Amino acid sequence: MSIRLENVIFSYLEDTPLNQAALRNVSLEIEDGEFVGLIGPTGSGKSTLIQHFNGLLKPSSGKVFVDGVDLTLKDTQLRLIRQKVGMVFQYPEHQLFGETVLEDVGFGPRNSGLPDEDVVQRVREALAHVGLDYETLKDQSPFELSGGQKRRVAIAGVLAMRPSVLILDEPTAGLDPQGREEILAEIKQLHDEGGITVVLVTHSMEDVARLVDRLIVMEKGSIALDGTPVEVFAQVERLKEMGLGVPEITELMYELKSHGLDVNTDILTVEEAEEEIIRVMGWQE
Amino acid sequence: MRMFRSVTIGQHIPGDSVIHRLDPRTKILSAMFLIVLLFVVKGFVGYGLVALGLALVIRASRIPWKFVIRGLRPLMVILVLTLTLHLFMTEGRVIFQVWFLKVTWEGLIRGLMMGTRLVLLILGTSMLTLTTSPMQLTDGIETLLKPGKKIGIPAHELAMMMTIALRFIPTLLEETEKIMKAQMARGADFQSGGIMQRARSLIPLLVPLFVNAFRRADDLAIAMEARGYRGGEGRTKLKELKFQRLDAVALGLVITFSVLVGAFF
Repeated sequence: MSIRLENVIFSYLEDTPLNQAALRNVSLEIEDGEFVGLIGPTGSGKSTLIQHFNGLLKPSSGKVFVDGVDLTLKDTQLRLIRQKVGMVFQYPEHQLFGETVLEDVGFGPRNSGLPDEDVVQRVREALAHVGLDYETLKDQSPFELSGGQKRRVAIAGVLAMRPSVLILDEPTAGLDPQGREEILAEIKQLHDEGGITVVLVTHSMEDVARLVDRLIVMEKGSIALDGTPVEVFAQVERLKEMGLGVPEITELMYELKSHGLDVNTDILTVEEAEEEIIRVMGWQE
Repeated sequence: MRMFRSVTIGQHIPGDSVIHRLDPRTKILSAMFLIVLLFVVKGFVGYGLVALGLALVIRASRIPWKFVIRGLRPLMVILVLTLTLHLFMTEGRVIFQVWFLKVTWEGLIRGLMMGTRLVLLILGTSMLTLTTSPMQLTDGIETLLKPGKKIGIPAHELAMMMTIALRFIPTLLEETEKIMKAQMARGADFQSGGIMQRARSLIPLLVPLFVNAFRRADDLAIAMEARGYRGGEGRTKLKELKFQRLDAVALGLVITFSVLVGAFF
């Protein structure tokens, strides 16, 4: 399922003196099955941008198409779009409300009018995707779970809609390293095996370097850079100007190069760096 | 979802006019004099004089008239209701009669008086909130209530509660908007359906809102204690309120005006 934005401009407080453009003329196309990373400094318009993908915000001018359907038209059924484009907000556990995990995760499917047995099936499946066991959790209160589990239950609440596009706004913020790894691995699996299009908003260069096929960098409401992680991270200086950086290991390779070592700088992970240094130095293992 | 951004009640407009510079206590006391005066005055001449005085104050505050008048908009319903009730419910000389509804001279006069009284009341008190920041306002209330401590009025606690409540109104509105969006992304519908269905649809909004508010209150309490907060006892102020000559003059004027207008009209 593809998402296409054409010349989207959006401002908050449009008809007041406090008017400020949060998006300035953004055009962008996300293809079916892509894994896109979205980065940018705080206030660059990332959160505003993703809320256009499922019609939570409507552009002040410009067009948004999801699967060819124009979201800016008045009679577009946004509820149907929102079933297909799932959105996980920052700290999604702050939106839990159900008395039981089953009730909370089943909220989305019930809203689309599915019968009970289908809802249960969806919940079971969604919990499995985030590595939780349906039988042990279904009757527990979501408020009694640990922080990491709450986060997973909240993400499952979106997955239960069986979206074909999944948008996540900093899904690992505030989790411990193990929790982060696990959640990212589960998202990766959903993309690789489930064929879901994923848009991941994050501040971690390491995460995007490892996971995504394509990286979009936002600055002051516009798209500043767009390409594969290797292409984007080649613009080290530009990224630093924006107050962003590159993965530490990539920066190390640039440092080595500037000190006269003839290494390839298209390096995103420690393993790649290891091989490259061994190759350049002519060491044998 | 922009509805939350248009709340203007209790709004403060920063400035450095004479009125802005007055001590909050002066302004609070003046507002109280105004309220009492409005209930003492019996005729339209008196109201006219009060309106004139108020107009001078608004002029001196250099806040645009448009903005001051806008504050009356939420009260239109109450104004219209007051006027109609008085118009039809007062016994007296009948002007005209429709079926069993009698419009009387006395009703007309009384309705207009009540309406004027309400308008002046709102304009006067909104001058207080428009020119005084919430912090100054609570500071002023705290100092004014301090003598009441002997009879058990918790002045500092009341002021602190007001400050915190005011501080968190925008935060809670923002939070509400965020949760609404998150639940809408999961197919929640807050707009359609009958009363029962709509009430039910609020559960996914209200439960997280309350949970988060309590969590936030806990955090705030801990943060305050961590910074040594132990209640009002022995707490000093960053900005001491100062009662200046300007305040004495202003308060003197207000009192003289009130006594004269109250006594003669």
